[in-house]
Amino acid sequence: MSTGTAADDQFYREYILDHYKNPRNFGRLENPDITHEEDNPLCGDVVGMDFQIRNGAIADVRFHGRGCAISQASASLLTERLKGLPLEDAKKISKADVLGELGIDISPARIKCALLSLKVLKVGAYGLADTDEDEE
Amino acid sequence: MIKTFDVTAIRKDFPIFETGIAYLDSANTSQRPRQVTGAMMEYFEKYNSNIHRAAYHIAEVATERYEGTREKVRAFINAASTKEIIYTRGTTEAINLVAYSWGRRNVRPGDLIVLTILDHHSNIVPWQILAAANGAHIEFVDIDERGELRQDQFRDLLEHSPRLVAFGQVSNALGTINPAREMVAAAKAAGATVLVDGAQGAPHQGVDVQALGCDFYAFSGHKMLGPTGAGILYGRRELLEAMDPFQSGGDMIKTVRIEGTTYHDLPWRFEAGTQAIGEVIGLAAAVDYLSGLGMDSVRAHEREITEYAYEALSDIEGLTLYGPPPSRRAGVISFSLAGIHPHDLATIADRDQVCLRAGHHCAMPLMTRLGVAATARASFYVYTTTDEVDRLVGSIKEAQRIFK
Repeated sequence: MSTGTAADDQFYREYILDHYKNPRNFGRLENPDITHEEDNPLCGDVVGMDFQIRNGAIADVRFHGRGCAISQASASLLTERLKGLPLEDAKKISKADVLGELGIDISPARIKCALLSLKVLKVGAYGLADTDEDEE
Repeated sequence: MIKTFDVTAIRKDFPIFETGIAYLDSANTSQRPRQVTGAMMEYFEKYNSNIHRAAYHIAEVATERYEGTREKVRAFINAASTKEIIYTRGTTEAINLVAYSWGRRNVRPGDLIVLTILDHHSNIVPWQILAAANGAHIEFVDIDERGELRQDQFRDLLEHSPRLVAFGQVSNALGTINPAREMVAAAKAAGATVLVDGAQGAPHQGVDVQALGCDFYAFSGHKMLGPTGAGILYGRRELLEAMDPFQSGGDMIKTVRIEGTTYHDLPWRFEAGTQAIGEVIGLAAAVDYLSGLGMDSVRAHEREITEYAYEALSDIEGLTLYGPPPSRRAGVISFSLAGIHPHDLATIADRDQVCLRAGHHCAMPLMTRLGVAATARASFYVYTTTDEVDRLVGSIKEAQRIFK
């Protein structure tokens, strides 16, 4: 079992704490093409995302929310990856991709925290796809 | 002077502490001593058999032990008769039993049900379902800034002659000890039927149901050193006699004919199907263990630990404590840390083998009322030491160092 000393604290690596304390792309977009929010009632984590879509790609993205370091850092990391990405590629981002990006061992109890932002993206992106088809 | 016990000696009865954990989650579920697991193993290995029906020796032993628990529990809570002691899976099932068997027949359209904002989901959701089914409505007693129930508001609600009043003896989230005896007396005087959720009361304060004066009292074995799957509903006999069955089938009947069925006497009428025999036998050992320590001593020990922990946590910068002062609370302390989510704290504590609860503690209305999504919670029991509290303080400081 871990002794929990500072140096080995791989769960709370520097860059995860950095994304938690200095979240990238944090805030709201004016007139987003899509906005979606999800929460995890068990721990009270909330993540929402605003997307601006241009030519089928994510031109801009912002996230907002509150909660534990894992949920918020995961959302911050995801937004970095999403900027400029074609929506079809964004839809293909998998759970393994998100967990890989975090680069730490996530215990079963924290998986929902780590994947909350992916859920926001997926529900949001597929919702938008429906809207697009309606417009066409 | 209440005698206290030697915690070091007590801990030797709990093999789990050999793993090195600091266990601060007893309000969630307690640990179990060898005496309890031993009694269960003896049943499983020496006289495992079904009760109430077989005509051979080991089944007679099993029946005797199973029914013997009832008398021990009766004495533990000072009920008038073993007919008033119904085995359930736990507090949740006990409350559901009352909501179904008593509630569906007795709660009428327009009736008022009074609950409190401190209540556990298990003492809220069954009543919401009942209220929706029978057309009743629910009012919640609020708390003051200390996390104690607003007695003025409670009295006002009693003016409206509620059909049912249900509340927890002790809050699982804040540790608030409610003035249960006064509240029951006032509710009874207003004509209400009263259920007390004793899940956090019976294990830590003990109870005398006749002195308390409630109609129903529910609690769980697993929070009082016993196994999961064995809990108790106490009900006043005249109410139980008039109630419909809850679950039905084997063992709860007298005769079954094609034309109809007659039900068994109390308490078996409410115990359908094969019961958790080994667990009920284990519960007797838990009652014996607690009775051996003495509930006054249990309470005194928890109070000592709670005061120690409250003081230690109060000294930590950026830490917010919820609920009443230590003299007015049970062995439960909910808190939050500035800039650190409770789940992150619990994860860091876990690395130090400190078991800490983080979340809404099945009391989401209370969390909403407090304006927080979650808190961290440390809770104590007979085996808790100041060393375990010190280890919690160490984990909190480590979390603050990581998140600074």
